[in-house]
Amino acid sequence: MKILIIEDEKDMLQNMQETLVKENYLVETASDLNAAISKVGVYDYDCILLDINLPDGSGMEILNFLKENEKTEGVIIVSARNSVDDRITGLNTGADDYIAKPFHMAELNARVKALLRRKKFDGSELLKIGNISIDTEKHIAQTGYGEMELNRKEFDILTYLATNQNRLVSKSALAEHVWGDHIDQADSFEFIYSQIKNLRKKLKDVRAEVEIKAVYGIGYKLTLT
Amino acid sequence: MKLLNYTSKYFAFLLFFVLTGWAVIFYFQMLDEIYDSMDDGLENQKMLVIRNSKQQDAINIKPEFGDGYYTLYSISERSALGFKDSYRDTLMYMQNEKDYEPVRLLESVFKKGDEYYKVKIITSMVEEDDLIEDLLFSIIWLYLGLIFSIIILNNLILKKVWNPFYKLIGNLRKFKIENDTEIELPDSKIEEFNILNENIQTLISKSVKSYRSQKQFIENASHELQTPIAISINKLELLLEDNGLEESQANRIISVIENLERLSRFNQSLLLLSKIENKQFPNVDEINFNELTQSIVADFEDLLIHRNIEIEIESIDELNFSINPDLAQILLTNLIKNAILHNADSGKIKIRITSGKWQISNPGKIALIEKDLFARFQKVKDNSHSSGLGLAISRAIAELYQLELSYTFGDAHIFKIDFPQHK
Repeated sequence: MKILIIEDEKDMLQNMQETLVKENYLVETASDLNAAISKVGVYDYDCILLDINLPDGSGMEILNFLKENEKTEGVIIVSARNSVDDRITGLNTGADDYIAKPFHMAELNARVKALLRRKKFDGSELLKIGNISIDTEKHIAQTGYGEMELNRKEFDILTYLATNQNRLVSKSALAEHVWGDHIDQADSFEFIYSQIKNLRKKLKDVRAEVEIKAVYGIGYKLTLT
Repeated sequence: MKLLNYTSKYFAFLLFFVLTGWAVIFYFQMLDEIYDSMDDGLENQKMLVIRNSKQQDAINIKPEFGDGYYTLYSISERSALGFKDSYRDTLMYMQNEKDYEPVRLLESVFKKGDEYYKVKIITSMVEEDDLIEDLLFSIIWLYLGLIFSIIILNNLILKKVWNPFYKLIGNLRKFKIENDTEIELPDSKIEEFNILNENIQTLISKSVKSYRSQKQFIENASHELQTPIAISINKLELLLEDNGLEESQANRIISVIENLERLSRFNQSLLLLSKIENKQFPNVDEINFNELTQSIVADFEDLLIHRNIEIEIESIDELNFSINPDLAQILLTNLIKNAILHNADSGKIKIRITSGKWQISNPGKIALIEKDLFARFQKVKDNSHSSGLGLAISRAIAELYQLELSYTFGDAHIFKIDFPQHK
């Protein structure tokens, strides 16, 4: 799985690279428009993370370049400018997703995985972890012992933790992903705990071979048992 | 009171006193002159009568006025001595008027031979009451005429003269610094107005400039802050994933992350606020506030259960309004979140939606101060997570769409949005 990160901010680039390398992706980087275009022209990628504001031009040009050359890379726009304009123009020009800075590394990972799944680059639309398979399109999670009866939030938590398998997912990242941005600052996310508790019980019911661990009291980690 | 009427009022007062004073003086002067000329006439006639009598051999005694204008009769020496000519006003029956009318009377005494005679001469006189009446009416007409002319003059000429001033006021009233428009001031022939215009122009362009640069600064600062904050949070997240961290180390990292996230949220709120004020949310949709309220409350469901708070939504009428969907969401979310976060004793929050009105009430004991509530950075001391910008953002959104967001206190804190009647 090959991913290209186009980002001019060195530290940001490094963070994203490190995160994705941990997921065993082959990650290449470009820090300006010229380098990006020459890379995109020569190689094929599965996913491109694209910063719109580049020192020598707009990232939109990459989108146009891909379109003109009929390339099928999945593109996620990464922009510090959380502006509606950027999002709409980007998505209209052929980007598949949009993520606004600042974002959690877990969120970046989830977005990349979701995109790859949608594009079927993984060979399957199903997210598999241990003996669970999760169909994110149909909202079904099951093991050989049966289907889990999950409400929307439980399903989202499971999917999110599963895409970030073995990684620490902070409560704020989880809350932002599942409950939305506006839930921020609400009571240190204590309310997440009851959902996790229910989810754990339901995982046990279908004898899932995974475990949701609380880490340092600040987040959760899903691991195989 | 308008400037024009204000000056007219003073003119009216002043004219009233001036004209009254003038009328009194005029009246007495005129009267004085009339008496003077009448008395001269009487004197002349007296002299004629006396001369006539002295030339004739026998005195023609005439005790009654009858058809003449004088009487003449002899008097004793005793009463004649020391007598001086005297003028006085008296009444006499007039045939034509069939009434007693005032006359001027001159009494005089003269001597012919050894005999003393008294002569009385009359002449008909001005009727003072008629004179006063005439004068009064003339004065009233003059007064009204003057006032009327002044009003006309004010309205025609002064209005024309003051026209640049009124234009200036009109422009100033319409001027809003947030709208980012320059004010247009017409040239005037009058020097003072030009000076005024120039000064206002300078003042306004200075304010606009500093407002813009301040806005720009906030925008740039928050924008530039976003990336370093994001990088720092991400680096710490990656650090946390390293195994082999001790719990106390991890907790410190987490505390840093939390504070950075707070900073980031705060920064985003500032950006949002300046975007709202810059009207950077152009697209507008017809939003059903009943549905929107339901969906926001549903988002808070888990938090509500956790905090044991109940929200009751009373949808009496459908409430639709054309607004940017994101801003509508933020507006209501901030108010609902505010109610949840400041709900101390698991009280019941009530949302009531009627046509043109959206209201949320949250039980509480002490009234809050409205002007502080919607001010920026207003913090409740026990909540360090709050940015203090939530209600300021809600108010900015409300103002953008001419909604009226207000706070009242009954036995509960009530936040109310009044929607304008037209959509």
